[in-house]
Amino acid sequence: MKVVILGCGRSGASLALQLSARDHQVTLIEKSPESFRRLGKTYPCKLVVGNGLDLDTLERADVRNCDAFFAMTRGDNTNIMAAQLVMRNYGVRRVAAKVADPHRAEAYRKMGLFTINAAGLLAGIAKDWLLGEDYAPIDTYNNLVEEMEL
Amino acid sequence: MSLYVIVVGGGNVGVQLCKRLIARGHEVVLMEKDARQAQKLGNLIGDENVVHGDGCDLITQRSTGFNRADIVVSVTGEDEDNLICCQLAKEVWKVKRVVARVNDPSHETVFRELGIDDTVSATGIIFSLIDQQISSDELIPVGHLHKGHVEVVESVLSERSPLLGRAVRDIALPQGSFIVSIFRDGIATQVTGDSTFSVGDTVVAMVPIVRADELRAVLMARDH
Repeated sequence: MKVVILGCGRSGASLALQLSARDHQVTLIEKSPESFRRLGKTYPCKLVVGNGLDLDTLERADVRNCDAFFAMTRGDNTNIMAAQLVMRNYGVRRVAAKVADPHRAEAYRKMGLFTINAAGLLAGIAKDWLLGEDYAPIDTYNNLVEEMEL
Repeated sequence: MSLYVIVVGGGNVGVQLCKRLIARGHEVVLMEKDARQAQKLGNLIGDENVVHGDGCDLITQRSTGFNRADIVVSVTGEDEDNLICCQLAKEVWKVKRVVARVNDPSHETVFRELGIDDTVSATGIIFSLIDQQISSDELIPVGHLHKGHVEVVESVLSERSPLLGRAVRDIALPQGSFIVSIFRDGIATQVTGDSTFSVGDTVVAMVPIVRADELRAVLMARDH
């Protein structure tokens, strides 16, 4: 698969390495090139330096022709905007946004965006590990966040 | 009618906007996430009109009363923050009218496609003004009337203007156009046939859009 990942932080870099190890074609977009050090010495993927909300940068990463897009920067709003932009502008179907704020993650999930909330995921897995329960599908962990009363 | 307006982003745009809205008697809250800046804002527009918090945080949005806001305006310097704030206001809190500032003009269509119809782009406006000035020889559009068929324009007369010293009645204006007023030293004067033009006058005119070029030829000096 052709996969574009926005953000070469810990999670973005790790995802890039894991997918590359399975022979998928990964392109990483990152605004500060020093972050690429997280990939180790042999860069297994294509690197694009630039702002992921900039249409020119997205074009350079060829998002138009990718099978999946992950927005993994540390900015929730950046990730949400980039994910929507890639879905709308370039018609990419498999799009995911990392969203640290559980409420925001939930709100956008309801609007039809696939959001990954690290805290909910981590807590769910930690709980299952402690209690010896089977690890569950990702949606189950996402829904662990207590629903906020509006 | 008094409205409840929430403005997100306490930079210059946000502050000036709030001042005007407060002067009009609207209920206004300005949200700012930087604590020190929020405190400054309290001194400028009153503590009761300032909320220190993240305008994209749902809990802060709830306590600020997004659910009863008539209008939410997001004018931070970050497009992603303005987009998410407005989307949440619209989708979660059902705010009828949301306005987002767009800093990168290429995002304007993106915002529209993502459901934010009202955007304001300073860069876009300034660019189009410059563009207009270059292409129209300083005939500055002020507004449109009659569904856009008639344009209101203004022009400052330079020392090269062919109108200087002449009376209004002697000027052949394009069909359907009028000189509405002449501003001299900042004061609007009523225009009669006897009114004459001087250097520095701002001439305000109405012109059918199809005849704007003819009006330009009348008002402006030919460049060399």
